[in-house]
Amino acid sequence: MTETAASPAPAPRRFAGAVDCDVQITVPKWEDLLPHMEPFWRDSVVQRGIGLLETVGYPRKAPFTVREDWRWAEPNSAADQLQKMRENLFGRYGISVAVCNCLYGVQVLQSEDMAAAYARALNDWIAAEWLDREPRLRGSIVVPTQNPEMAVAEIDRMAADRRFVQVLVPVMGEMPLGKRYYWPIYAAAARHGLPIGIHAGSAYRHPVTGLGWPSYWSQDYFSHAAAFQTQLTSLITEGVFSQYPDLKVVLAEGGFSWLPPYLWRLDKYWHGLRFEIPWVDRLPSQIVASNVRFTVQPVDAPPRPEQVEKLFEHLGSDDLLLFSTDYPHWQFDNDEVLPAGIPARHLDKMMVANPTATYSRLGGAKP
Amino acid sequence: MNVELKPRPAASVAAQQAVADCDIHPTPKSLEKEVFPFLEKRWQEHLRTYGALPRVGFATESQYPKAQPNAGRRDAFPPGGGPQGSDVAFMAKQHLDPNNVQFGVMIPLGPAQSAQNIDLGIALCSAMNEWQLAEWTSKDKRLRGSILIPYQDAEASVAEIERHAGNRSFAQIGMLSRTPNPLGHRSHWPIYAAAEAAGLPIGVHAFGHSGWPITGGGWPSYYIEDMMSHAQSCQAGIASMVLEGVFEKFPRLKLVLIEGGLAWLPSLAWRLDAIWSHARAELPHVPRPPSEYIRENIWLTSQPIEEPTDRQQIVDVIDWIGWDRVLYASDYPHWDFDDPAQVLPVRLSKEQRQNFFIDNARRVYGFGDE
Repeated sequence: MTETAASPAPAPRRFAGAVDCDVQITVPKWEDLLPHMEPFWRDSVVQRGIGLLETVGYPRKAPFTVREDWRWAEPNSAADQLQKMRENLFGRYGISVAVCNCLYGVQVLQSEDMAAAYARALNDWIAAEWLDREPRLRGSIVVPTQNPEMAVAEIDRMAADRRFVQVLVPVMGEMPLGKRYYWPIYAAAARHGLPIGIHAGSAYRHPVTGLGWPSYWSQDYFSHAAAFQTQLTSLITEGVFSQYPDLKVVLAEGGFSWLPPYLWRLDKYWHGLRFEIPWVDRLPSQIVASNVRFTVQPVDAPPRPEQVEKLFEHLGSDDLLLFSTDYPHWQFDNDEVLPAGIPARHLDKMMVANPTATYSRLGGAKP
Repeated sequence: MNVELKPRPAASVAAQQAVADCDIHPTPKSLEKEVFPFLEKRWQEHLRTYGALPRVGFATESQYPKAQPNAGRRDAFPPGGGPQGSDVAFMAKQHLDPNNVQFGVMIPLGPAQSAQNIDLGIALCSAMNEWQLAEWTSKDKRLRGSILIPYQDAEASVAEIERHAGNRSFAQIGMLSRTPNPLGHRSHWPIYAAAEAAGLPIGVHAFGHSGWPITGGGWPSYYIEDMMSHAQSCQAGIASMVLEGVFEKFPRLKLVLIEGGLAWLPSLAWRLDAIWSHARAELPHVPRPPSEYIRENIWLTSQPIEEPTDRQQIVDVIDWIGWDRVLYASDYPHWDFDDPAQVLPVRLSKEQRQNFFIDNARRVYGFGDE
């Protein structure tokens, strides 16, 4: 189990045929959504002068948000961005299928009605501007988490389009995601065979840390990993997976190197405190093994290959990781998408087998 | 979950590893009886009339009710009455003596550092410090206190640090992990300057009331989530200290994280390094990789120690952290107490064992140099 991929092929082609489970698409201009909005909302946006709902989490000119050599010219269109994606992602790495996530600030809005209207426009825009143009792309259904009823309506509306493969929610919202308030969303997702993709991002309802607002973007971005940990605790302890045993949750862009020590602690506490959560009738680590998956970027890996190998030993199961580039975010240098030291069986499974087992709508997998 | 503790045969005690216990919780028998004598009449009346008004909804109960009364071991109630951890002689009999504790670092909890009325907070911290000297360190020389500071007021905190700085009965300056401003926030910097000048570590213990939801995604429901999230709060605190440039500004500052566990630290350092390497332009005040500051300025206590199925994996993790940076802690008298005899059931070298159980504490706190 400790053998590593021997003398790798030139970096780009190592990932030929892989399913990329986390690529980002962005709304270029606020006007781009207008054609997909109902007349009332189109008028509202124009009359009120509502601009681009870009969040503070991903400032588009920050070096991290788009890697320098992948940048497109401004102003641009979805078609321009797609062209760059074809060159830099599909062409360069030979990715076969990519799941795209659009982190527009829908969940930051305080108006539930407006959030739902933007979600509808955004999903239709994704279908028309991206999925219709590029058959290798798959979509994620953006939902107004502010109002689960409206979120369910949007899932039901979009689920008919089989190119949408998951439901997308940001990792930080109003309340922890395991709360029963959100369960209708999970029921709808389970009904349609859609995983819940929890992605880095915040509705900024609260400071991004439990200790108040940090000063730097770097801290803001850092804090998402901690948020993934507390959300996973919430989903497990509230009993989401007891209620929806077939539901898959994908933690995207949250890292995974924190998982082993996190589970050592949660399993320990489960032994001591399960009287409080009797519906959690399995070890948290067993729940994660069956229901939770992680996109591989950012790897947040140790510096040396032998440490990477140890980390994967601690991780144990080779079912957990889903290949991702996090394109166009700058998570790795040159073409070193993944660090040296990852055991071959993990590398092998994360490319296609794990993604298709997770996303029932990807070709080749049984739903 | 209530394990019946069998008394250990006395014979094995002598052969036992000597330990420094870096997290012990003493509690007043009652605030009125033991702490009021160190408070001005005004604050005594205030507390009787209004309570402490901490940044949390309940006056005295926890919004996440504990697993046990006072979160304490059921066998730790002193025979003479009072809550667990309120009797120095019984603590010695039940914990310090049988577990061969040579040094014990005390961290009193309570409303002092969460009071919204900052003048009350200042008075309470000061009184709790006097109480530690009067009721504990003067009665058992193995025990050392923490200088509690009202960290929302840096000036008052500095004054409290300076009042006790030369007193070796105090091992460290005590803060709580859930601070209203992030730990590295500049409002705290005068405190770090004073700590560095006094050569005292800053001991940051899990808990406290920041006034914010305990996660970036809101308030969770259960005590198990509250307990789990201490690791994430400690991660946020470290990220804040490093990325705000605290260790660059105060290179001799020692930070001890208490009761957050330890195994998450390597992953945290890897992530910070990765972000730092791509965001240098934003962080000119952090000229070195975050992992270097973490390696040089931070210590961690062990409890609640993470327990992998293959226990040897915790050794891998401590290898990454550094065997000179981990400190044994029991959390006596709390329910999730880590017994020194069972905390690391793995093969260790003599040096690793000695470092973990006592020598690192000697070095970071200067125990034995007195």
